[in-house]
Amino acid sequence: MGLLTKKDASLILDPLADNNPITIQVLGICSALAITAELEASIVMAIAVIFVLGVGNVVISLMRNIIPSKIRIIVQLIVVATLVIVVDQVLKAYAYQLSKTLGAFVGLIITNCIIMGRFEAFALGNGPWKSFLDGIGNALGYGVILIIVGFFRELLGSGTLLGFPVLGDPIAKTGLYAFGYENNGFMIIPPAALIVVGIIIWVQRSKNPALVEEN
Amino acid sequence: MLEHIELFFKSIFIDNMVFAVFLGMCSYLAVSKKVATAVGLGAAVIFVLAVTVPLNWLLDKYLLQDGALAWLGPEYAEYNLSFLSFILFIATIATMVQLVEIVVEKFSPSLYNSLGIFLPLIAVNCAILGGSLFMQAREIETLGLALNYGVSSGIGWFLAILAIAAIREKIRYSNVPAPLRGLGITFIITGLMGIGFQSFGGMLTGGGDEAPVVDENTTVQELEEEKKIQEELDEKEVSYNDAINK
Repeated sequence: MGLLTKKDASLILDPLADNNPITIQVLGICSALAITAELEASIVMAIAVIFVLGVGNVVISLMRNIIPSKIRIIVQLIVVATLVIVVDQVLKAYAYQLSKTLGAFVGLIITNCIIMGRFEAFALGNGPWKSFLDGIGNALGYGVILIIVGFFRELLGSGTLLGFPVLGDPIAKTGLYAFGYENNGFMIIPPAALIVVGIIIWVQRSKNPALVEEN
Repeated sequence: MLEHIELFFKSIFIDNMVFAVFLGMCSYLAVSKKVATAVGLGAAVIFVLAVTVPLNWLLDKYLLQDGALAWLGPEYAEYNLSFLSFILFIATIATMVQLVEIVVEKFSPSLYNSLGIFLPLIAVNCAILGGSLFMQAREIETLGLALNYGVSSGIGWFLAILAIAAIREKIRYSNVPAPLRGLGITFIITGLMGIGFQSFGGMLTGGGDEAPVVDENTTVQELEEEKKIQEELDEKEVSYNDAINK
C-alpha cells in the first residue's frame, strides 16, 4: 500500500472486524436493521452511509478549529442533513423504486449514531486525510454487517439474491424446492434482523475471546 | 374520537418504535442496564416527541408540502419545498431539545437532575427524527392526531426500554454463554420480544380468522397497500380481511 502508511491502513481495516461499529461499538443500529430484508436495499444503504460518513468526516475535520464547542452538535447535524438531502435527491432521481422502499430510512441516516459518533470521536480531533480514512473504514465495517444480514435474510426468507431466484422456483417446485425445501418466512419479519445480528456477534466473539463482555 | 384511539394503540403496539421499525436502538441498547435510568430516558423521549412531532407537523403543513405556501398568496402556490424537510426537522429537534433543557433547568431543578443528562442524547435519538419523518410519510391529517402520534409512539418506546431494562437486570444472574453476554443476548431477546409484538398486528383487523399478510418491514409500502385496500373497501364494501387476503 504505497499511498497508505501502516497506521493509515489500520484506520480502514480495524473497523472491519475487531472494532466494528455495529457489533463492538454498538453504533448505527437504528436505521440499519429495518432495511435488510433485501440485499439490494442493504447495499444501497451501505453506499449511502459510506458517502455521507466519508465526506462528512472531511468537512467536520476541516472546520474543527472554527466550530464553537457549545453548538457543535447542531453544526454536525446540519452538515449531515445537507449530505443526506443530496443522497435522497440522487436516489429519487435515479432509483425511484428503491427510494420508495427505503422510505423514511434514508432520512434517518442523519441520526445514525455511527455518523455523530465518528464526528465526535475522530473528526473533531484529527486532520482531513485521516478523518476520511476513518470515515470510509467505519462505514465499510457498517456496510459489511448490513450486507451479511441482508444476504442471509433474503436467501433464507425469499430464496432470492438481489431479486434473482437462486434456489429454484417455489411455485413450480424446481431446484431445491423439488426436495421439499420451503422458504423461511420468519426471516422476512423485522425481529429476525435482530436475531441474525445477535448470531453474528456470537460467532465473532467466540472466535475472538478478547471481545467478550463481563456481563 | 375513534381514529384517535386507533392511532394511539396502533403506534404503541403495532408500529412500536423499537420492535417494528428499530428506531432509537442505540440509546435503547446503551441505557438499558438499569431500570431507573431507563425510566428517565423513556420519559424524556415521550416529552420531546410530544413537543417536536406537532411542531414539525405545522412546519410540514404550512411550509414544506407541495403547495403548502399557498397561504402566502397564489403566486407561491407552486413551490414544493419538501426536499428541505430533513434539515428543517432536525434543526427544529435540536433547537427544541436545547430549549427544553434550558427551561427545565430554570424552572424545575429536580426534574432537570433526573432528566438532565439524557436530554442532549435525545437530539440524536433516531426515534425522535423518525417520529417526525413517519408523521410526514403517513400523512397524518390534523394537529391533534400529530400530537397523539408523538405521545403514543413515545409511550411505545418507553415500554420497550422499560421491559428490556427489567430483563437485563434479571439476566445478570443467569448463566449466559460467554460470547453472547451483554450485547449478543440483548439483541436476541429484543428479537424475541419483537416477535411477541408482531402478534398485536391482528388487533385492528377485527379479529378475523386469518391474520393479515405481514408485509416486509417497509412501512411506506405497507401504508400504500393499506390505502389501496381502504379505497377498495370504500368502493365495494367488502370486509377488511377479504380485501387484504385477496
